[in-house]
Formats: sequence, structure tokens, C-alpha cells
Amino acid sequence: MKLGVDYPMTAAPIETDVAIIGAGPIGLFAVFELGLLDLKCHLIDILDRPGGQCTELYPEKPIYDIPGLPIVTGQELVNKLLEQIKPFAPQFHFSEMATGLEKLPDGRWKLKTDAGTELIAPVVVIAAGAGSFQPKRPPVPGIESFENAGDGIGVHYAVRKMETFRGKNILIAGGGDSALDWVINLAPLAKSMTLVHHRDGFRAAAHSVNQMRELEKEGKVKFHVASVKAIHGEPGKMTGVTLAGHDKSEWNLDADAFLPFFGLTIKLGPIAEFGINLNENLIPVDTARFESQTPGIFAIGDINTYTGKLKLILSGFHEAALMAQAAFHIARPNEKLRFQYTTSSSNLQKKLGVS
Amino acid sequence: MKIHAIDRQGKEHTLEGRDGWSVMEILRDGGLDIAAECGGACACATCHVYINDGWFEKLPAPSEAEIDMLDMALAVEPNSRLSCQVICSNETDGIKVTVAPE
Repeated sequence: MKLGVDYPMTAAPIETDVAIIGAGPIGLFAVFELGLLDLKCHLIDILDRPGGQCTELYPEKPIYDIPGLPIVTGQELVNKLLEQIKPFAPQFHFSEMATGLEKLPDGRWKLKTDAGTELIAPVVVIAAGAGSFQPKRPPVPGIESFENAGDGIGVHYAVRKMETFRGKNILIAGGGDSALDWVINLAPLAKSMTLVHHRDGFRAAAHSVNQMRELEKEGKVKFHVASVKAIHGEPGKMTGVTLAGHDKSEWNLDADAFLPFFGLTIKLGPIAEFGINLNENLIPVDTARFESQTPGIFAIGDINTYTGKLKLILSGFHEAALMAQAAFHIARPNEKLRFQYTTSSSNLQKKLGVS
Repeated sequence: MKIHAIDRQGKEHTLEGRDGWSVMEILRDGGLDIAAECGGACACATCHVYINDGWFEKLPAPSEAEIDMLDMALAVEPNSRLSCQVICSNETDGIKVTVAPE
């Protein structure tokens, strides 16, 4: 994931039929239903790969309630959906967050991302689940003011250029693979490297843990069972932290950079600013079209709400099918929608590349 | 069976537990602000709670998977648990928990 990255404003706006926010299972299946109606799609997702929660949270966990698939893992389901929509050649914009939505004079929508991508489409489909995945922010007072302080200093939730951390006093927090991988990779070029974690044990891969223990023995890494209680310095210029042990003992540590790695959590994000009517962070829709209260903006999957809503993947699939019918009439106002079955329509089979 | 839960604003709630349900489900249905993003699959660490007043020791020990997943939680203390992995029963009647910071 590319967070806090400055992108150049470059390419010209892309015109398409449907702009989909979210490449989770429901966004992917929407491509299929829209594709059968000859509508082309672009998808935006903040993650660096398709699948949303299925691949980010539970890629290896089995799902038992997908009709026709008695058991399938999150990753397998996503792989099958990608195979299913391949004939429709969806265009993906990964590692991008949808940040702005405006209506154009011709009635279409312009959707912008934090990477400078601009999509122009008559239909926007929000299939954003619970929102966008963002790094978990430790509950340290004032931590926000030390974020985006610049290369190699302050609080960072990702490492873009290792070189920017050369010669710095680095503090890393966490016990997963990201935390230990960055301890191992940054220790050789850091002035000092400290790792803090809540226990003397790690969920990270055993070989990474062994490597870290070796570095600790060599004196290249300091490890404490502790957490960060306070950050010292001026906003934008961090000088150190207060660490605290479980026994409430506290001590100070000089640090130029603090890198917390606690994985991702989901926040609604900029969708809240799109001007669409929300009800407790969900988008109310009608159950015939799955359209929000803003015409042309649809919402399917976990992000929507209606009487009887169940947050199930299978419900999202149904919602995608009905949404596509309604979206067709907006994207192709002068055409007649021909409802066909994939089993019997040679026309649909041609689109799917099977006849 | 009762669950005494303190929310992030420090307000105490007394909720009715249900045999076999997870504490996470009771907190969520009781309207407490707890994300539980993965829906109880021990896969996200967003249902993190502290177990208070000696109740931690009375509970069955956490699984290896839960201990690992707690590494992804913030502000973990020795009495931390993932509430989706704490199951209500007669033995947990009166349990005291505090929702961990987000």
C-alpha cells in the first residue's frame, strides 16, 4: 500500500461506463453483471490487490455459505471471481483511494483518486465494504502531528525508501511480519534500532524472529517488552519517546523515527464527504435498484443498508445483478435492455468467450 | 448471565450474556462501539478488550491463534483478550471487561 505518497497530477481523465469503488468480491462480481450488458468498468481500491476483506483479512479461512461452493477460502473465491470477469477486461487502479466525486455539466460523474487518476462515467458504484483499509494508529497522544513529517523522521506506517532512514535512531513497534522484516532490513543502516512489543514472543515467521534475535545478540537491535506512551518533540520534529512496561515503569528513548506496524483497520474515509446521504456510515438504498439517494450513484455489498439487509457476500451478488439492470438505463438511455440467460444466449456466450 | 462492560467513554453497561455466544457478539448487539471487522474469525484484532478484576485468570486460556492475533492489536496489556474468542457460559456470569482503545 502506498500511503502518504505524493503523486504527480498526470494522465488525462479516463472515460468509461461505470466507475466502481472497491475491488472486493462484490465489486468484482459487479463487473460480470455489468459486462453482460456491455458496460465497461474501472475499479479503484486502496489495497494493492483485488479481494478486499476476503484477501486482506481471511485469505486462508474457509467460507461455507457461497451458493454452489460448499467450501472455498477467501483467496480462492477472489481468484474464481477474477477468472469469471476476465472476458470483460476490467481496468484496476490499485493502491489508490477515491477522494472526490463531482457531477459534471453533462450529467456524468468525475471520480478522483489520491493518485491523480480521474474517471468520468455516467454511473458510479460504491462497493467499498466498511470503507478503506488504513494502518492502525497507536493510541499515543498527539501522534497525528508527527505523521508526514518528512523522509526518515517522525511517524511512518510504511517504508518507501530505506535509504531515507540511514543514520537515524529508529523505533519499531509490533510483532508481525512487517515489524520484524523492517527491523531486520533497516538495522544495518540505522544509527540505532529499537523494537518494542507487548510480549517476548512474535506472530512473525520463525526465521524472521531468529534473525531478529541474532541481531539482538550482536547488539544491533534493542528489544523491550514495552509500549509507546508519549512522543517528544515539536510537531514535525520528533526527538524521542516515553516507553512503558507492563509493570508501569517508564523510561525515555531517543528516536528520530517511529514505525508502528499493527496491520490495517477499516475507516469509512473520504466517501463520507461525497455528499451522499449516509445513515450510521452506511448508504441507504432502494431494493429495486440499489441506488443511493443520489441518482447515478449505486451502493452494493456491506456499505449499503435497507430493511432486512444482511451483510453476506451472497446478498452483495444479488445486489450487483439488480444494480446492473438499473445502471444500464442510465449509461445507455437510448438502448433497449435485452434480458438473457448465459445458458441459452449465444450472444452472451460470445461475450464470455465460450462460443 | 451478566456482562459488565466499560465502553471507550468510560461508561459502564450491564448486558445480558447468552450461553455459547461470544462476548464480542454481546457487546456489538448491546450497541457498544466495537469494530469486530472480521466478524469473529480471530482475523483482525479489532474486538480487543481488557478482562478486569481477576476474571482473566478464570477464563480458559487463549488459543495460539488468538495470542498471535493479539500482536496486531494496539495497547495490549497482560489482561488483553479478543472478545470474539471469549465465550459466554455460567462460568463467565458477572465478567467485567473494558473495550480497548481504537
